[in-house]
Amino acid sequence: MSPMSNATDLSRGPLEGLIVCPVCDATYNLQRPKNGERAVCTRCHKVLIAPRRKAGMQIIAVAVAVVVLITAASAFPFLQISAAGRSNAVSIIDAALSFTEGPLLVLALMTAGFILFVPLLRMLLTIYVLVPVVLDRPPARHAIKAFRLSEAMRPWSMAEIFALGCAVALVKVAGLATVSFGPAFWMFGVLVVLVIIQDNFLCKWSVWNSLEHPKG
Amino acid sequence: MELSGTPQRIVTAREAGLVACTRCGRAWPLGTGICGRCGAKLVSRDEGSLQRVWALWLVGLMCYVPANIYPMLRTQQLLTVDESTIISGAVELAHHGSFGIAAIILIASVVIPLGKFWAIAFLAVSVRQQKSFASHRRLLMYELVEYIGRWSMIDIFVVAILSALVQLKGLATITPGPAAFFFALSVIFTMLSAQAFDPRMIWDKQTKDNEAPAHD
Repeated sequence: MSPMSNATDLSRGPLEGLIVCPVCDATYNLQRPKNGERAVCTRCHKVLIAPRRKAGMQIIAVAVAVVVLITAASAFPFLQISAAGRSNAVSIIDAALSFTEGPLLVLALMTAGFILFVPLLRMLLTIYVLVPVVLDRPPARHAIKAFRLSEAMRPWSMAEIFALGCAVALVKVAGLATVSFGPAFWMFGVLVVLVIIQDNFLCKWSVWNSLEHPKG
Repeated sequence: MELSGTPQRIVTAREAGLVACTRCGRAWPLGTGICGRCGAKLVSRDEGSLQRVWALWLVGLMCYVPANIYPMLRTQQLLTVDESTIISGAVELAHHGSFGIAAIILIASVVIPLGKFWAIAFLAVSVRQQKSFASHRRLLMYELVEYIGRWSMIDIFVVAILSALVQLKGLATITPGPAAFFFALSVIFTMLSAQAFDPRMIWDKQTKDNEAPAHD
């Protein structure tokens, strides 16, 4: 993709043939990179388009795996602590809902949202939007709204931060009692890796483009 | 297809009489209100953005003060009750020899939040000033703030995990203090403040400076 040589060039040709960098407003003639290549803004180095072969299918597969893992990880015990014959096991839901007094209840709901519901909802929306696209069908109803919501929630999905928080908490408790990991701990570890892969595979521009020009 | 380093003149969408959708990268004629592809509101430069940035910034800063004054954790061990604030908790950890964890907590809850307040304020002031500061460095700062800001939430998650886990009746219990609530609010408001900032303004000044002799 080449930068526009001068502003009047833009009056020629349809606006669909342009792409604008969302970070610095630089305008380019659209040239779709091949699979595996990336189109990068020359001024601010923002990645504009990064298509991958069969990305849609992979993203859907990862999203399904994440949904299963989140559901399972929230039900099973996560960490267990024991000291002097007393023990306590908690699930992720318990951890999220540990703030229970007064204004802290609001905090509990936010924590549960950040580590469970937002990641879960994002994955469900991704599946909803991408399945018809991958199958070359017309987009699902409200697919545009769904993808918009999913993108808006991206910064608020904090599963990976929670995972690092566990490591810090473990060290803090280590002197006080013995800590052992439940099955949910390992599920959550895998989940974090999957969420990170997911974010790197998804090319936003390609999704918007296929929602605008469905093949089916 | 990374094209960088080719020193071609970049035309912004605004110079070309276009308005760009920051969500999906589509270009529209200037004056279009809503993106026809993804439904986002279109603004060439978000003029009110700085006001929102400052308002949210101030709320974030106001919440950060009680977050440091009130206790974050209340640890009850046998007969002693220990209330620790963010800083005293980290100092205590360092005393026990966990320098790494103490450093993570200090960085995540003191250095990063303060750095964010400074960086957002700097960006908001610098786009208003006449003299131009290296745009690339400002962009790097903006991206850093956007990326790192969420990680401050780690402290809240640690508190959540600890207070759910350490519930050994009679031996040791940990309950969250009011600081947790204020700290979470502070992180959320600074994240919103950073999101309200329109990064396209970073480049406008530079373009104007470069063009100044060419115009009149």
